[in-house]
Amino acid sequence: MIDNMVAFNIPFVSIFMLMIAAIITPLLPRKKRIPEKLSCLVIFIVAILSAYLLYALTSSGQDISFNFPMGHFPAPWGNELRAGPLEAVLSLVFCVAMLLSLTGNFSSTAEDIPASRRQIFSVLVNLLTASLLALTYTNDLFTAYVFIEINTIAACAIVAVKEGPATTRAALRYLIMSLVGSGLVMIAICLLYDLTGHLLMQNMHGAIQVLMITREYAMPLTVSLGLVTTGLAIKSALYPFAAWLPDAHGTSTNASSAILSGLVLKGHVFTIIKIFYRVFGLEVIHALRMDTVIFILGVAAMIMGSVHALKQNNIKRMIAWSSVAQIGYIFLGVGLNTVAGIAAACLHIIVHACVKPMLFTAAGGLSNAAGHKKELHALMGTFYVNRWAGMGLIAGACSMMGIPAFAGFASKLSLTLASFDNKFIVWALAALATSSVLNALYYVPAVIVILTHNKNNPPKPAPVTKLYKFSMFVFLMINFYLGLFCVPLLRLITRGVNVL
Amino acid sequence: MLENLLLNHYEAAAVILSGIGLTNLLLQRNLIKKIIGLNIMDTAVYLFLAAKGYVAGRAAPILIEKAGGGWLTSSSIYVNPVPAGLVLTGIVVSVSVTAFSLALTLRLYEHYGTLNIDEALLKMTQEQEELEAKIEDAEEEVLA
Repeated sequence: MIDNMVAFNIPFVSIFMLMIAAIITPLLPRKKRIPEKLSCLVIFIVAILSAYLLYALTSSGQDISFNFPMGHFPAPWGNELRAGPLEAVLSLVFCVAMLLSLTGNFSSTAEDIPASRRQIFSVLVNLLTASLLALTYTNDLFTAYVFIEINTIAACAIVAVKEGPATTRAALRYLIMSLVGSGLVMIAICLLYDLTGHLLMQNMHGAIQVLMITREYAMPLTVSLGLVTTGLAIKSALYPFAAWLPDAHGTSTNASSAILSGLVLKGHVFTIIKIFYRVFGLEVIHALRMDTVIFILGVAAMIMGSVHALKQNNIKRMIAWSSVAQIGYIFLGVGLNTVAGIAAACLHIIVHACVKPMLFTAAGGLSNAAGHKKELHALMGTFYVNRWAGMGLIAGACSMMGIPAFAGFASKLSLTLASFDNKFIVWALAALATSSVLNALYYVPAVIVILTHNKNNPPKPAPVTKLYKFSMFVFLMINFYLGLFCVPLLRLITRGVNVL
Repeated sequence: MLENLLLNHYEAAAVILSGIGLTNLLLQRNLIKKIIGLNIMDTAVYLFLAAKGYVAGRAAPILIEKAGGGWLTSSSIYVNPVPAGLVLTGIVVSVSVTAFSLALTLRLYEHYGTLNIDEALLKMTQEQEELEAKIEDAEEEVLA
């Protein structure tokens, strides 16, 4: 428990503030983009609150976590939020990445979305952030399901908010796959509720331990674990279920792509981690063989995501397929089924949540310099027009390849170290190496293209706003910070996983 | 095996219905039929929850007044209210998701005049090719 009453209320207040902001946004005047500025402000405040919560939870040197009861019913019946160091650090990262994705693409959002719809866009952004934080903090599986659906609607809507038949079709495809996923999750949650009689995670955990000892209902338990994993894997775009992702992330406006790729997928991945770790427990996951399944799918995603990215000519689709490969890294860590593996997976969630929005923001800036063309060959020489975007793409590419001092190196290193006491170590190392080479195969040509001087048809200088430069600067700083000083962060995450 | 099926006929029906719904959602090419499939799947889950939440001989979880005043508070008289609460929440979620997907379907139909998602893709690629051809023609004219 925690004595600090301010910190105790932060998880609830953060979610509640974002929901309220989503409700009052449509009432605000549209002039001077006030609704968007308000959502940025609210997300900024929530980021500060999360940072304070993190400080309150870790400053004493002990690992504290607490449950926040919602409503007036006590634990086995009522609804609860739960916060520990891991949840606090994830919500901080989600808010910061969301804020930077919005500010970095502030002017491109204005180009892509007509003024009448931008208000709706900020409503959706607030809802998305609220649902992400709720998925991070919730201790109740049915609440998780409700927020998964809110997340689905908001995520599909920020794809469709950019006018045009391509985005409508992409959004529909995304929606249908998401609905299949959330339907499976709902069936699984009902089955689990039926088997355990609880919806709160720690009570379900206790009941499942008893079931494993008595060997009762082994089949339904396996089926429900399989259903919930499949459902959330579809929503987090694990490889064989990732066909919807490139369309949705490649056609939407830059801010939406950055948010979808960097954050929305991560909410579902973290829900899987919570279900594995808190509801079932690592031994049960191992006994039901789900760790091996996740591991194999993760390895397949790492390779196949990159292979698909190699075939792309459109830079946004290329970065979108690269997300599929990066999700594979996270699932590789989860599939190792150890505390170190899950900590490495969480570190990669953080790294990818910071790097992928930077890549999409950079790609948006570069394609803006090339006259809104997104084909790779059209981007020739754009580095010299928008150097901030160019630097962002280069840093992001180095990070994805795992060059030391860039963010991706930290998480790849910790994934490698985590795989050492696993029997699949050879497979894990081979997959990490192959995937890094494949990443280089498509990111290096993109970097070379933007650095090559285009003498025949030089790109016209386009104005770069101060806000864009500032956001890119912060993105780059976070990238270097994660790459150079990841050890304290990893220690913090491990502490968080231990009390999860 | 068969005995279990007969004993749990509500659950068996729910499983069959959710299978039908999921197959429709995945395999139908017509978007309206897909959305109907989604609703069948959701309803099957509600049937499952309602069947599980019902205990024969117990009352709905609304306090019953005793003959001499006061309330019957023993928990063995009432059924658990949580499954019904879950069904209600699920209905709200499914209504909003259905409304949203119908709105998107309408937008697709307005643009392409078809509810078939494959036909829409075909028309989209055709439109793109035509656009590219037009741009090429224009470029050639400029060069000439």
